[in-house]
Amino acid sequence: MYGWTGRMLRVDLTAGTATAEELCPHDLHVFVGARGLGSKLLYDAGAYDVDPFAPENPLIFATGPLTGTYAPSAGRYNVLCRSPLTGAIAASNSGGYWAPELKFAGFDLIYVTGKAAAPVYLWVHDGKAEIRPADGLWGKTVSETEYAVRARTHPEAKVACIGPAGERLVRIACVVNDRSRAAGRSGVGAVMGSKNLKAIAVRGTGPVRVADKEAFKAARKRAMEKILTHPVTSAGLPAYGTAVLVNVINAHGAFPTRNFQTGVFPEADRISGETLAKEYLVRKKACFACSMACGRPTAIPSGPYRGAGEGPEYEAAWALGADCGVSDLAAVTHANWQCNEMGIDPISYGATLACAMELYQRGYLSKEQAGRELRWGDGHLLVEGVRLTAFREGIGNLLAEGSYRMASEFGHPELAMTAKKQEYPAYEPRAVQGIGLSYATSNRGGCHVRGYTIAPEVLGIPEKLDPLVADNKAFWVKTFQDATALVDSSGLCLFVTFAIGVPEIADLLAAATGEAYTAESGLLAGERVWNLERMFNLKAGFTRADDTLAPRLLSEPMPEGPARGQVSRIDLMLPEYYRLRGWDEEGRPTEATLARLGLRW
Amino acid sequence: MLVVHPERCTACRLCELACTFHQDGVFHPLKARLTVGIFPEDDVFVPIICEQCEVAACQEACPSGAITRNLETGALEVNTSRCVGCRMCVMACPFGTMVHVDVDGKMQKCDLCKGDPQCVAVCPWGALEYVEPNDAALARRREVARRLAGVLKGVRV
Ligand code: SF4
Ligand code: SF4
Ligand code: SF4
Repeated sequence: MYGWTGRMLRVDLTAGTATAEELCPHDLHVFVGARGLGSKLLYDAGAYDVDPFAPENPLIFATGPLTGTYAPSAGRYNVLCRSPLTGAIAASNSGGYWAPELKFAGFDLIYVTGKAAAPVYLWVHDGKAEIRPADGLWGKTVSETEYAVRARTHPEAKVACIGPAGERLVRIACVVNDRSRAAGRSGVGAVMGSKNLKAIAVRGTGPVRVADKEAFKAARKRAMEKILTHPVTSAGLPAYGTAVLVNVINAHGAFPTRNFQTGVFPEADRISGETLAKEYLVRKKACFACSMACGRPTAIPSGPYRGAGEGPEYEAAWALGADCGVSDLAAVTHANWQCNEMGIDPISYGATLACAMELYQRGYLSKEQAGRELRWGDGHLLVEGVRLTAFREGIGNLLAEGSYRMASEFGHPELAMTAKKQEYPAYEPRAVQGIGLSYATSNRGGCHVRGYTIAPEVLGIPEKLDPLVADNKAFWVKTFQDATALVDSSGLCLFVTFAIGVPEIADLLAAATGEAYTAESGLLAGERVWNLERMFNLKAGFTRADDTLAPRLLSEPMPEGPARGQVSRIDLMLPEYYRLRGWDEEGRPTEATLARLGLRW
Repeated sequence: MLVVHPERCTACRLCELACTFHQDGVFHPLKARLTVGIFPEDDVFVPIICEQCEVAACQEACPSGAITRNLETGALEVNTSRCVGCRMCVMACPFGTMVHVDVDGKMQKCDLCKGDPQCVAVCPWGALEYVEPNDAALARRREVARRLAGVLKGVRV
């Protein structure tokens, strides 16, 4: 096989077994890999019916056919399971070096079920695997775990693990690999914790092969010419990381501030990528096979927040910054390092803390209940809260449940800025209409990387749309969702799509695998994945009523800035979106749509 | 010859991938003729290359005279018909840049891609450079001098 290894590792932690299996070549071809293939396996396993923390919930680590090659930024994998935060399908994407190492070890994916009687870690090396006791590892931070596991396995082993948050089933816990690359969202780390699985170390000494060497070289060359000349991928991301967006988004009045009470943060520049580069950036750092190097190793030499680590990137700078009203970049940076070490999603953490702050502001959550004051802009609380959340201590035990459950407990679920119980990222749906539809219809709940319409609506890529207009946004959201599903299934980083599109990706896939991917069939594969995820959610009990946003965004006009007076027009966009998708009025794929995509209930 | 600028390296490992893809037709970092030393603890990244040493330990150690210099490129190359796979060169090379290629059981090393180094071509940040040997030596002396000058002036470079 080319591109794919064609093999997976099946691990049953209850039985204590790990065995290699062949993957179905047809499934590989039509679901491509990573997110698509993982979704197919989850669906077939009936994971929509299982409790997310039950041993039966499969936890899948899946690479794509391009992972491990020198295709642009092709070092990624997805972690999939039924999410304990949303109850929907979870597919969280991460970079670094772990995923290609799994390919070099001879596997496309690892499929974990069951629950170990005591904490264990998995040691995968060149086609073999062992389940080993994680003595002394439980309770360790991410970097401590990584170093300890490497010492017990191989100096070159790559490690994906959970921190204390995943161990304590914190619903916003992530899986972290290479110390600071995270499969961040939807609480996949908590599912790993529920299985008593602390880490997966991988070491591979084999090659990854492609079908047509010359065609692959040529396809890469065409893609790289675009990536190396596009201003975002060749200059913006390397120089300032993703946080180059802070000032841009704020200028559009789309930078959610203090739990989405407004879209303008006057102190935005203090937490921007430009300021970070000036103050704390050590150097730029790349993931495997990536020319964009948006990674941000940072260090703070002195003061209460001194230390070193990685980040923040844009989403974290916003969630830990503007959303909590914090403008102290040192506090934001240090809180981000803490999130890396504790294994917590900084988007959901920051957004949940922001929600708690608003509950407090409005008197719905008292000082006695919180055990302390929860004031906007409190950097110390921001930093300390990460550890409290990971260990479920004090206020942290509330935050550990995510904003929807927390706000519901105090009788105000409407103050949770979530879709399908997952916190929104850093763009205001009242100021950017398409992204609101994208959040509302995202199969994993509030999320920007399922259909990043910020590219056309704000950045003008591939063409400029008016962010305040709802017309025709359904078409853009659908197209971006399908294309993104293809990107995530191939093993590429989404950021390459600032410069390249489905035709370039299809060429790479065809040359790598030897299968006849074209722009049309590639986009169709993405659409297939999207519909399969939708079917998973429908079977999990989601309905049309879940394709919506927090009431504030639908009824309270934006108070200030360029989007002043606007609300999100989901009501207009959603029916058109269903129609374009070939779904009925309840948001279910019609038989004709399923037939077109080759899917069955 | 190849020159490394570690301070420009981002640890993307594209050079390792391009090297084996060109030389062996597969993506196989373990067999790359150069390796990026990545020390995540300190965020320091150092590509290690074959220095094509003037008096080369690999060549001296080889019992069958399989390692010879290509006078056009200056690279030391392995003559595979002579190589017996004894791995003496592996033990001798102070940089560990000899690799054992599975296909024929023979040793391989950086041959500067016969004068068109693929690692240099793929590196997005100019962390690897291909220069005339004399220029390289001069550039390195200048680099050292620049650092010294910085130290002398008491500023960080
Ligand atoms: S292989 Fe080693 S000893 Fe031989 S020339 Fe290269 S660096 Fe020198
Ligand atoms: S010059 Fe060629 S053979 Fe030598 S390290 Fe670079 S890519 Fe490999
Ligand atoms: S390609 Fe360049 S930047 Fe990337 S690892 Fe190699 S030397 Fe470093």
